Amino acid sequence: MADTTNLSRAGAVPAHGDSPLVRRTLIAVALGFLGLFLILPLVLIFSQALAEGVRVYFDAIREPDSLAAIRLTLVTAAIVVPVNTVFGVAAAWAIAKFEFKGKSFLITIIDMPFAISPVVVGLIFVLMFGATGWLGPHLAEYGIHLLFTPAAIVIVTLFGTMPFVARELIPLMQAQGTQEEQSALTLGASGWQTFYHITLPNVKWGLLYGVILCNARAMGEFGSVYVVSGRIRGETNTMPLHVEVLYNDYMITAAFAVASLLALLALVTLAAKSIVEWKIARDMRLASAAAGEAPAPDGESAP
Amino acid sequence: MTPPTLQSSLRRGLPAVLVGLALLVGTVTCSGRDGHDHVRILNASYDTTRQFYREINAAFAEEWREATGQTVTIRMSHAGSGSQARAVIDGLRADVVTLALAADIDAIARHARLLPEDWQERLPHGSAPYSSTLAFLVREGNPKGIHTWEDLAREGVEVITPNPKTSGAARWNYLAIWGGVLRSELGPDFAAMLQDPVHAEAVAAAQERAREVTARVYRNVPVLDAGARGSTNTFIQRGMGDVLINWENEILLGGHELDQAGVEIVTPPVSILAEPPVAMLDAVVDQRGTREVAGAYLDFLYSRTGQEIAARNYFRPVTPEILEEYSGRFPDLELFTVEEVFGGWTEANRLHFQEGASFDQIYAP
Amino acid sequence: MNSLPRLRQHSVLPGFGLTMGFTLLYMGFVLLIPLAGLLFAAGQMSLGEFWEKGIADRRVLAAYRLSFGASLLGAAINGVFGFIVAWVLVRYTFPGKRLVDAIVDLPFALPTAVSGIALTTLYARTGWVGRWFEVFGVQISYTWIGVVVALTLIGLPFVVRTVQPALEDLESEVEEAAAALGATRFQTFTKVIFPSLLPAVLTGFALSFARALGEYGSVIFIAGNMPGKTEIAPLLVVIRLEQYDYNGAIAISVVMLVSAFLLLLTINGLQWWSRRHEG
Repeated sequence: MADTTNLSRAGAVPAHGDSPLVRRTLIAVALGFLGLFLILPLVLIFSQALAEGVRVYFDAIREPDSLAAIRLTLVTAAIVVPVNTVFGVAAAWAIAKFEFKGKSFLITIIDMPFAISPVVVGLIFVLMFGATGWLGPHLAEYGIHLLFTPAAIVIVTLFGTMPFVARELIPLMQAQGTQEEQSALTLGASGWQTFYHITLPNVKWGLLYGVILCNARAMGEFGSVYVVSGRIRGETNTMPLHVEVLYNDYMITAAFAVASLLALLALVTLAAKSIVEWKIARDMRLASAAAGEAPAPDGESAP
Repeated sequence: MTPPTLQSSLRRGLPAVLVGLALLVGTVTCSGRDGHDHVRILNASYDTTRQFYREINAAFAEEWREATGQTVTIRMSHAGSGSQARAVIDGLRADVVTLALAADIDAIARHARLLPEDWQERLPHGSAPYSSTLAFLVREGNPKGIHTWEDLAREGVEVITPNPKTSGAARWNYLAIWGGVLRSELGPDFAAMLQDPVHAEAVAAAQERAREVTARVYRNVPVLDAGARGSTNTFIQRGMGDVLINWENEILLGGHELDQAGVEIVTPPVSILAEPPVAMLDAVVDQRGTREVAGAYLDFLYSRTGQEIAARNYFRPVTPEILEEYSGRFPDLELFTVEEVFGGWTEANRLHFQEGASFDQIYAP
Repeated sequence: MNSLPRLRQHSVLPGFGLTMGFTLLYMGFVLLIPLAGLLFAAGQMSLGEFWEKGIADRRVLAAYRLSFGASLLGAAINGVFGFIVAWVLVRYTFPGKRLVDAIVDLPFALPTAVSGIALTTLYARTGWVGRWFEVFGVQISYTWIGVVVALTLIGLPFVVRTVQPALEDLESEVEEAAAALGATRFQTFTKVIFPSLLPAVLTGFALSFARALGEYGSVIFIAGNMPGKTEIAPLLVVIRLEQYDYNGAIAISVVMLVSAFLLLLTINGLQWWSRRHEG
């Protein structure tokens, strides 16, 4: 929700008059805070996961229920991420490239899944698709049962991860304006060509980051999935749920082993984010350098 | 005004996504038969049966393959008994339910009509293929000196037990406390005295005392988890409380691990006979075509192999010979039933657990 | 559809109808119909029942108090320490700064169940951190302090990420001018720097608060979940549902939904204010 793509991350601004003591204290406080809340938990996950050795670690992951959980999580993400990417791109195009009434309200609505408690999302889908719910009985007549199936998990995950791509793209596309697209259109490019050759390359890193973040959330969704899954082992147990099941089964090492996979995913997400930010900053530098040398290269890249 | 290429690509893309979703929905909602040689059933069970059903499932799958040549996969879902009943009513497609309380299966029969209301008559022993009781787990050396149900009511004793609204074990716990007090107030013939109008006055006094003690016990409860498993975690992992009331089978099964955790078992002199029932959900098995295998699965629980697995997992088997054979595994204690002390589960639920009944009056957080 | 004359320059671009149509359709199905359904379900309750189950119940009230209180406290902690982290990241150089900058986003990427079991183990009596607090008789895991810890982690990146750009944009001339005019460092900070960063801090605070309010996954592990003491509102929704008390669950959900929506409106207002503030 916070604009996480900080475009300019220039070198440190000189610290005006902060004495070395103040500086060291503040750095220590900041690092201590992050260490206590971020680094230590991360270290703990891996040390607990490997507490009984590498063999036990891999056995815990290779166990059929764990594998099934990993598979389900991957399948869920494979469905949810593309759908929400299509949505994100479409929403960003409509919102960033056009002016219309109620725009900020629409953005607020898109943000809703950020702020709604995941268990409320789960409850809503129980009320809708439950056997005693509003739609459940009608769907059951056709032999369709959604609640407590992987389909329910996909649907609530769609809900929860809806805003990520859109929220990354909207500010980026707004910042880029519409001039380049207009030039391309003037030069006779079709709308699709314009999107593909002008807009997409301009926002590709932001899009990538949105997709990565959406993926991380899709794989980590817990509260809403907890409510609609039924926790059938090997069938509707996602990785985060499996972590909980193992943890409550006193299989602490196994729980942390599965958790460590998710933590790895988080680290990969962070690394990808750093790379993307660096790419964006580089592209911006290149663009401004190019603009400085040769003004208005508009439309050149259009076919 | 929209370029055809964009539109058509979306037109191509969207249906693909929708078809994918439909396929996914299709694969997960169709029948339990994956073909002639593979069948799948779901057993929705309560919290403390994980180990037991893991062994049962493996043994049954092997026997079923030998008998029919068919591979059977039994999926498990575990949670508090009441939570599971609610999930089944909401649409959890379980072929069989193996819960902690007959009342929870009654609720399924009543609200969702997935099985007839007389389901309990369909299998021997009121559809309960094994029984258990409740016992205490205390900190090493039993520093608070806990031996009886009344001891739980003493000031300064922290008691860990799950929430009777969601957990079957918790309702057994509650009734065990109540019944345990009646037993110590009225003596060994208490069950008979409860029925006898001659003793009405003594009974009324004992009931009042039972209510008071139970209330005091629940005032000593710092946390009500949703299921027995959660309570065990609270007690062992979180190190909270002085005593945990839990299933005998769960406590005995924990055995040596419990020693490591610095806790020990205390068996109260008298406790409740808990009979967790099992049932097939007719509406589900008929739709999925799994009636035969689901029925065989439940029958298997009564077979010699099934009963032995139960005994090895510290459930008291219902087959007398096997109970005899394994009697060394079970502590000797006086057991009373819900029927003789509370007039059956329907009555017990009405008096104690429904909205506004005695539990709600007692436990006001 | 976009026929306002002054916006003509935008109408050259194609695809508004298609993308907006798809956006609204998708949001309608995935988001709005379900939310409307919840409100509809709540509407079928009598006002008295709603009041009793969603607000007046002692246990529910205690859950709100904890959820709102712990979220506020967590957001406040993030307000203070997030500001320091942002300050340190923008103003100073030190080895490993890029790494520290990257790790700030961890709570966005780490599944809540994972942070839940990690924090619980870490801050338990026997944990790496918990044992040091145990010396002073302070227990963190399974108390309300644990709830605050979990909610602080969840909202940690927000303040840092909103303050960081604002701090970068802060003109150093202003500070220099203040210093040249004889202001002490402390005066410069309280009178010049902090006021201009306040909108960003508040936005981050509100975002952190909103995110924490609905959090479930990490809290249920560390909270101890004692009714009336360490039971958060989202957990009570699940408990009501598992107890087959749909109306109870719906009533609490609606209260939380409305709070979430109001918070989002506040945040958007704050962001607008902070944009205006930046110029």
